[in-house]
Amino acid sequence: MAGGAPGGASKSEIYKGNGPKLLLPAWLFIGVFLVMPVAIMAIYSFLTKEFRGGVIWEFTLAAYDQFFLDRGLFGDEPPSIEWTYIGIFWRSIWQAGLATVLCLLIGFPTAWFIATRDVKARSVWLFLITVPYWVNLLIRTVSMKFLIRDTGPLNEFLLALGVIDTPLALVNTNFAVQLGLFYSYLPFMVLPIYAAVERYDFSMSEAAADLYASSWATLRLVILPVVKPGIVAGCILVFVPSLGAFLAPDLLGGAKTFMIGSLIEEQFKGAAGNWPFGAAASMILLTIVMGVLLVHARAQTKGER
Amino acid sequence: MKTFLTTSVLALSLATAASAEGKLSLYHWFEYIPQELLDKFAAEYDVEVTMDTFDSNEALLAALKAGKMGSYDLAVPGDYMVKIMGDEGMLDTFEPSELSNFGNIEDKWLDVDFDPGRKSSIPYQWGSTSFSVNKEVYDGPLDSLSLIFEPPAELKGKINVLDTSGETLTLASLYLGIPQCSSDREQLKQLNALVQDAKPDWASFGSDVAKDVLVSGDAAAGMIWSGFSAKARAEGAPIEYVFPKEGMIVWMDNVVLLKDAPNRDNALKFMDFLLEPENAAAVTNYAQYTAGVKGVEEFLDPEVANSPESNPPADAKGVFVEACAQDVQEMYDAIWTNLKK
Repeated sequence: MAGGAPGGASKSEIYKGNGPKLLLPAWLFIGVFLVMPVAIMAIYSFLTKEFRGGVIWEFTLAAYDQFFLDRGLFGDEPPSIEWTYIGIFWRSIWQAGLATVLCLLIGFPTAWFIATRDVKARSVWLFLITVPYWVNLLIRTVSMKFLIRDTGPLNEFLLALGVIDTPLALVNTNFAVQLGLFYSYLPFMVLPIYAAVERYDFSMSEAAADLYASSWATLRLVILPVVKPGIVAGCILVFVPSLGAFLAPDLLGGAKTFMIGSLIEEQFKGAAGNWPFGAAASMILLTIVMGVLLVHARAQTKGER
Repeated sequence: MKTFLTTSVLALSLATAASAEGKLSLYHWFEYIPQELLDKFAAEYDVEVTMDTFDSNEALLAALKAGKMGSYDLAVPGDYMVKIMGDEGMLDTFEPSELSNFGNIEDKWLDVDFDPGRKSSIPYQWGSTSFSVNKEVYDGPLDSLSLIFEPPAELKGKINVLDTSGETLTLASLYLGIPQCSSDREQLKQLNALVQDAKPDWASFGSDVAKDVLVSGDAAAGMIWSGFSAKARAEGAPIEYVFPKEGMIVWMDNVVLLKDAPNRDNALKFMDFLLEPENAAAVTNYAQYTAGVKGVEEFLDPEVANSPESNPPADAKGVFVEACAQDVQEMYDAIWTNLKK
């Protein structure tokens, strides 16, 4: 049987020939909600901008030119590489990457801890991890700001202890943005890793120990290969939304610098009103994210071989 | 069965809602009209009122351009945005005779540059954009935009500026004494240098948080709209609103009749309603700006009528924000992007 479904011949016979029909809703959904919007973005990014928002249906590369080439403040200097937008992208990527690493460093031991409790305790811990996420992200981000502001509880506490003489300036710094991203996306790291660790057979660790493996070697050679899919999934789930995040940079970082998300928002909602440029920036972001996912997919298939 | 019941109840309630005489669809700023006033209109005229909100003039324009024309009857753009929307052909016109309260408009707001003769708009509220300073942090003279753009040591690192290029760059231009929409290279370079040098002294960029950061003390000085400053003061911020000697931004928000309004008649009724002194005063009491309507005085709360923010000294200078031409606007956009890169 071509399908080779584990259920045997009877099952694949039912589905035989109906495959395309059964897939139709999924294809429709993907077509309407994924392919069409992306196609519209792709087309807009090659159109001429209309002043104060909108597009003129004339093909041009102006948006990509603006992204990559610098022609000076008045647009009449010989073109050189434009670092402004690359810089904004790089800052966002770096920040998302750092948030991912932080989430991994804290998330992995957390997931390990939960997965090694007994079954009842596990569900309590998982519940506690998810409870804060019943509250809207905006409210959690604002609360974080209340906690770390100059007159907030954290500074008051440290002042009272005498650890510091003047309040730590935490709000409106990169540190605050990192803290916000880390806090926002930590469960996206913990949950997939937990799912992977839960399936891990702990007798394998014992076997490794019997064979005189150090605990480092056990982690590297036995545990990591097994839980790797969970780690990779967690990293993607943290990295991708961090890349487009604008709540943490705006509220905790003081919106002093553009992130990819706020740069794109400014093109559609701000004074610039440059839709093709916003579309082009989105397409470039999409390309980067697709690149990350492709690398992941390639790694997955290699692992399976 | 349960589903069936739910559906019927839903259908019934929809039917009830639709039985109101008509509808009115508003597109308005956030936190800018008391709900009681909308309810009053809905009850008096048996009209079902729905309202969506926006947070900047540019966001309003973007939403309308992205396909929302034809779904709203009225919007509330600021002065320069009325002109832009008029130029874009987004506004419908009416005759003064269609509004029985047209004569209530204050004379000075009757013939305005952004809508000569008031063919598409009526005044909503007006006020100014400047900045407020926490007097407990800084006790020097409060008279100059230098407090924001070349701040004294006490205020360095404790300043919030509005996160819109129009307002922030216009105030910067006023400080330098250069005209708005200048295309003079030396002047633009000066403007660019001023904001670049000032940025390290600024703690944050934020418009919707402009009031909160002053109340919480996160910022000791901040650009802000006059009524927002009055509200911050009422919430306990020890601040004073500054009328800088270099000038400030004056603005007026206006109710405009949108082209293709689905309920044009109700829209005109609502405009007429807002020109009643009592109703205009209700908005002023809520938003703490100033109405452009005659006869509101007797309905105003004393603390609103006498607020220092709404009563500038006689020699205060104010300018309207101008809408620049495309090639000039692109240079200002570049300065803004450069500032936030």
